[in-house]
Amino acid sequence: MRQLIARRLLQTIPLLFFVSIVCFALIKMAPGDPVLSFVTPNMHAEDIERIRHNLGLDKPAYVQYFLWLKELVQGNLGYSLVNHQPVLDQILDRLPATAGLMGSAIALAVLLAIPLGLVAGANRSRWPDKLINFISYIGISVPLFWLAILLIYLFAIELHWLPIMGMRTIGVNSALDVLKHGILPCAVLAFSFLSVYVRYIRSSTIGQLKEDYVQIQYAFGSSKRLVLFRHVLKHVLLPIITLLGISMAELVTGAIVTETVFSWPGIGSLGMTAVRGMDYPLIMGITLFSAVLLIVGNLLADILYGFADPRINKAR
Amino acid sequence: MNRTRWRNVGNELLANKMGIAAVAVLLILTLGAIFAFLSPHDPNELDVMRKLKPPGADHWFGTDDYGRDYFARALYGGRVSLMVGFSAMILATALGTLVGVVSGYFGGWVDNLLMRLLEIIMSIPSFLVMLLLSVFLKPGVGNVVVIIGLLMWMNLARIVRAETLAIKEREYVLYAKASGQGAFGIIGKHILPSLLPVIIVGATNNIGSAILMESSLSFLGFGVQAPNATWGSMLNSAQGYIVNAPYLALFPGALILLTVLSFNILGDILRVGFEPKLGKR
Repeated sequence: MRQLIARRLLQTIPLLFFVSIVCFALIKMAPGDPVLSFVTPNMHAEDIERIRHNLGLDKPAYVQYFLWLKELVQGNLGYSLVNHQPVLDQILDRLPATAGLMGSAIALAVLLAIPLGLVAGANRSRWPDKLINFISYIGISVPLFWLAILLIYLFAIELHWLPIMGMRTIGVNSALDVLKHGILPCAVLAFSFLSVYVRYIRSSTIGQLKEDYVQIQYAFGSSKRLVLFRHVLKHVLLPIITLLGISMAELVTGAIVTETVFSWPGIGSLGMTAVRGMDYPLIMGITLFSAVLLIVGNLLADILYGFADPRINKAR
Repeated sequence: MNRTRWRNVGNELLANKMGIAAVAVLLILTLGAIFAFLSPHDPNELDVMRKLKPPGADHWFGTDDYGRDYFARALYGGRVSLMVGFSAMILATALGTLVGVVSGYFGGWVDNLLMRLLEIIMSIPSFLVMLLLSVFLKPGVGNVVVIIGLLMWMNLARIVRAETLAIKEREYVLYAKASGQGAFGIIGKHILPSLLPVIIVGATNNIGSAILMESSLSFLGFGVQAPNATWGSMLNSAQGYIVNAPYLALFPGALILLTVLSFNILGDILRVGFEPKLGKR
């Protein structure tokens, strides 16, 4: 076990290193001169050169990279070109909104996907399975922003039950208000996660039902429901760990479209603003942040999986 | 790939009502896109007098904010959406197959290098990179295809690699090697044909995701730009009229859903048809 963790950690370090190179290169490829954002009309050419020198932009690219990396490991992701605020602060500022939204969407999706997947798997090819299967097909095929627009039209414009967008009503500061704003974006995201989870859980249920222990339980006279929700459930929970690792990767990018449609003030919509404003340090920061989340998510999933199913270690 | 396999796929498709429906939907949408010029209305003809008319006998999908016939626009939009999806799929499938086969067949340091590269690319959030690239490059149909194609070949590469690893140990491949055939000859003659099922299934699913990605990009305003319209960019402009003309948002989105849904259903049916061992999952 310890060996597995150590090896996976060691693999992660070069990966992070290369990802940082790619991020840096992407931004270096960008058209436009970042110095221009500091320039005011009455500056002289020497002033502009001085700014360039101060920013280190007159050095060769690889030197710039290592300087950037040095700052990076000290937790400095640079400053926004638009409002000159530290990038890390802006990301951390938006993190709670995204984490809250995604966390609740994922939790909701898992809670619903487990029973749905079990029922579908146990009733293979019969109507509950067909219905659940069809719904999950729609979930993986529907453009989320369109679903969001439809829900906004129905629940906010026609029925006036829920607010159209944002996270808070101006001047109101209550948890209930945030909750009301969160229902629609959370529902959209949960539906999309749910549809993926259900398919995994369904097919692992089908696999598990063929195992010997299920036959033995039946032979002992256990009811179908008991076997399903007491015994099969335990085994089906395993692949969910991997799914959660993958979802963690989508924590930021998965929310870009949804957060934008609902004007939810999270990292996704921050990324959108950054791209629209060509705010390169901010884009780089968000890209790197989500890449790190993705890598750490996969790492955690692997390690957890190792704990949950010791057979994995022996197989490697 | 032998005839039995194709027959299996055909049977699987015909036995499945959803499969028949999926093929029918795709056929209708493709024909609609190809023969869009038969529509009595010009998709770009402006007429302020009849703007934002709800759907009716003359304008099946109503008219948009400039009085353009929305049905004609949906047909032409579908043409671009389907074309982008299809081209991006071709690019991604070619790239994924190439990397997967080379990696799996040659193994060793080539495999190591390619797989590490793949891991790096997969660690970078692709949607963000996609947004970024579409800002760098001038947005246009060609660039959107390249951007989407370059960001979705990785999964197929992994699958193809795994499959290649299995195929290259089969007797006929070993025999071809022993008889002195060159590596690329073996790949072309023996490995690629055996990979065809995996590639077809992957490609079918890829079209669906390519169309979804394009629509998200265009919806956010970074994809295909005016005067070209796609279903995604139509939704972008429809968003502003959600209160007065909700049907403007309804149609393009429903078309995207239908298309992607059909490709996903088709992909799964093909998978079962090609690999009967998988069972009717």
